[in-house]
Amino acid sequence: MKKSVRFYSGAELVAKAAIDAGCRFFGGYPITPSSEIAEYMSHELPKVGGTYIQMEDEIAAMGSIIGASLAGVKSLTATSGPGFSLKQENIGYAYMAEVPCVICNVMRGGPSTGLPTALAQADIMQAKWGTHGDHPVIALTPAYLEEVYELTIKAFNFSEIYRMPVMLLLDEVIAHLSTAIDLPDKEMLVIKNRRKPSVPPEKYFPYDTAYGDVPPMANFFEGYRYHVTGLSHDKTGFPTTDPELVQADQERQIRKVKSNINNIIDYEYYQMKDAEIIIFAYGSTARGARVAVDNARKLGIKVGMMRFRVIWPLPEAEILKHCSKAKAIIIPEMNMGQLSDVIERYAADRTKILRINHVGGVPIHPSYILNVIKEAI
Amino acid sequence: MKCDHYEARFAGVGGQGVILAGKILAYGMVSFEDCKAIETPTYTAQVRGGATKVDVVIDKYHIEYPRSEWLDFFLCLHQKSFNIYFKELKDDAIVVVDPNLTPNIPDNIPQKLVLVDLIDIAKQEMGKTLYAAVIAVGMFTGLTKIIKESNIQKAVLDNAPKGTEINNLKAVKLGIELGKKAFACKEKVVRLTLEDAKMLNNEDQA
Amino acid sequence: MAFEYEKYLRMDKIPHLWCPGCGIGVVLKAMLRSLENVGWEKNDIAFVSGIGCTSRAPGYIDCNTLHTTHGRALTFATGIKMAKPDKHVVVFSGDGDATAIGGNHFIHACRRNIDMTLVVVNNNTYGMTGGQHSPTTPIGYKTSTTVYGNIDPTFDICMLAKAAGASYVARATVNKGKVLEKYITKGLENKGFSVIVATANCHTQFGRKNKMGDPISSRKWIADREIPLEKAREMKADELNDVIITGEFITDEQERTRWENYNHPIHEYTDAYKKIIEKAQKK
Repeated sequence: MKKSVRFYSGAELVAKAAIDAGCRFFGGYPITPSSEIAEYMSHELPKVGGTYIQMEDEIAAMGSIIGASLAGVKSLTATSGPGFSLKQENIGYAYMAEVPCVICNVMRGGPSTGLPTALAQADIMQAKWGTHGDHPVIALTPAYLEEVYELTIKAFNFSEIYRMPVMLLLDEVIAHLSTAIDLPDKEMLVIKNRRKPSVPPEKYFPYDTAYGDVPPMANFFEGYRYHVTGLSHDKTGFPTTDPELVQADQERQIRKVKSNINNIIDYEYYQMKDAEIIIFAYGSTARGARVAVDNARKLGIKVGMMRFRVIWPLPEAEILKHCSKAKAIIIPEMNMGQLSDVIERYAADRTKILRINHVGGVPIHPSYILNVIKEAI
Repeated sequence: MKCDHYEARFAGVGGQGVILAGKILAYGMVSFEDCKAIETPTYTAQVRGGATKVDVVIDKYHIEYPRSEWLDFFLCLHQKSFNIYFKELKDDAIVVVDPNLTPNIPDNIPQKLVLVDLIDIAKQEMGKTLYAAVIAVGMFTGLTKIIKESNIQKAVLDNAPKGTEINNLKAVKLGIELGKKAFACKEKVVRLTLEDAKMLNNEDQA
Repeated sequence: MAFEYEKYLRMDKIPHLWCPGCGIGVVLKAMLRSLENVGWEKNDIAFVSGIGCTSRAPGYIDCNTLHTTHGRALTFATGIKMAKPDKHVVVFSGDGDATAIGGNHFIHACRRNIDMTLVVVNNNTYGMTGGQHSPTTPIGYKTSTTVYGNIDPTFDICMLAKAAGASYVARATVNKGKVLEKYITKGLENKGFSVIVATANCHTQFGRKNKMGDPISSRKWIADREIPLEKAREMKADELNDVIITGEFITDEQERTRWENYNHPIHEYTDAYKKIIEKAQKK
């Protein structure tokens, strides 16, 4: 019997999910290991009447998606470490001007050119603190191909709901792995769109807090002729240096995520019920960790895993709870401890924290994690 | 599938089509054997003229670790690739190499070793070296019985460009016969030459 | 009857932040008259700018206005135009913004020949940051960072735009607002990428350091150096030292078919992309 089987790579699924989420603009620049996303977008977007454009550099790619989004078109760009660094200036602009867009970063080893073709989770902190100044942050870290599709849609939804750029952090394994997956029925997808103003143009202010922390957003060319700037601004969108207004605006922006944290945090428990040792993991590293949990359980070791599907914001309350009761916390990462540093600040005095920090470009083998689990007993 | 979990690696240099061999196998296992399969090919900069490989991980139920762990099968068409990717093999794995392109194999490896003039066979019997990849998946089938002969043939046909179906089918069948011959041979080192392929091809036609 | 600038201005934002006698005001007025000339709906126009004195212009115009990051205006503008090809996108930029930090975006917008208009106000300096030297500060002149005299050679923005593939390129000075209006109007009407360079005075920064610290002497400095393109074409390179060449550098098919422009685009970018969509949908 023949089923209809279709193999997808992670990169292809980002492109597919983006289009299914309503994305109709991609501004890109070639960079390993994310170029496949641009390639798929260049094939698929014109078929649905959307725009693919290869810009002259990473900075331009980021600028172009902000422009397109202001014009009312959902937009995506994809890049990797060095390109992510270049984009940070305009990513900051998107935060300041509150323009929804999605930035996919297929992480590679760094700093600088680093390991262009190898696996890393090197930009967890850059996703949080990459641009200057303070801002809210949402970053998603899928570990399975089904999740790449699901979380790409979610990234677009978050960006539209909270009027902000959202980071989709893949790693090389997830981007290039191919497998057959069943995609959800398109009719069943939940797609969110930015809230439009309900008032006439003369009563519209682009950053009006009268409607809550996320102001309704008018698109360009729809009759609401307003001003957008990267300068600190008041509710009208025009620059201000009034200390109180600037303070209030920054606080509101941070609040967009903070007060909605329970709608954003996303994690999965595995074998946690009686776990005495807990692994915190994300992205493809979590898959090796899960194998290690299974193997340790076979040896009678009570170990479990908390996997973050959304890495920023972190579920701080839950993390604290586990840190307080666990014998040890193990954090495997393909970087020098970007998450571990944060967890240590929460919980260094509550429990023992064991780091696994591999930056050589090859996945952390389950047997390595198992050895650390044994050490932790 | 006869076991719960199986891992195969096809290696060579850019242009030999080994990545395609992995694709066909993964496709066949998912489409016709009701298994899970992932394929992880080597990537861009590494591929250009250099060593290249694809790992296919097959599991009856679920694949958690997204890379190969211990290989059951290793096929290699170039020394450059052999030197890099001949590792993480189980002791009872099967190793297939083309000795003309991979002359330096360590002595006394614990695995069963099949030396086959794969590129020569593709050139002489099929007319083009690019059929080597399809002969290779055929050999995999005959040697390992991981996928049914009829199913790998369907997988090859589904992935064949229009107009090449007949030749691809011929190539995979030849590969299957070569694989079966190597399987039947109980020696630890098996040698298959162009002559063997010619004979098998003639039998097939007869 | 006097022109009604109020129709296009956000009057509650006036007075503007520019120095009295600044050349940018002349350019802004020429732009507003040009809008009237082409008759576009205000709702259908987006004004985009980067950072610098000139980049504050969009804030005063009653359209969809976007004040972006330093040098990047054209990238945002390209996104807007590609997202809504039937709308009008106009970019304001200064010499530093367009040709130093934004130089890469500048040449690539020209290369694509995308249907937008860029007005570069060239005042030979970074006015807003305190009068440092820019890619158009003439050799020998003093600025806050070239107190011993500038040694950096200059870009001719028009020649740069022409070489990079823009389909309409012209330069006028703020001494001649009517000419500026004519060129900007032609730029807006051109279906392709148009670059209009407005040579302007910055007496506050550039002028003050070069013994022309008031608007009149700064404008006179401009007037003294102006050479029409037709005349410049008859002259030798070494005679064209420290001059401002004005006129239309690229106007029509005749000019664009000259051999020097052999690799210039034969199409406008949004039109070309529409054909890509048709091709992809036919498949």
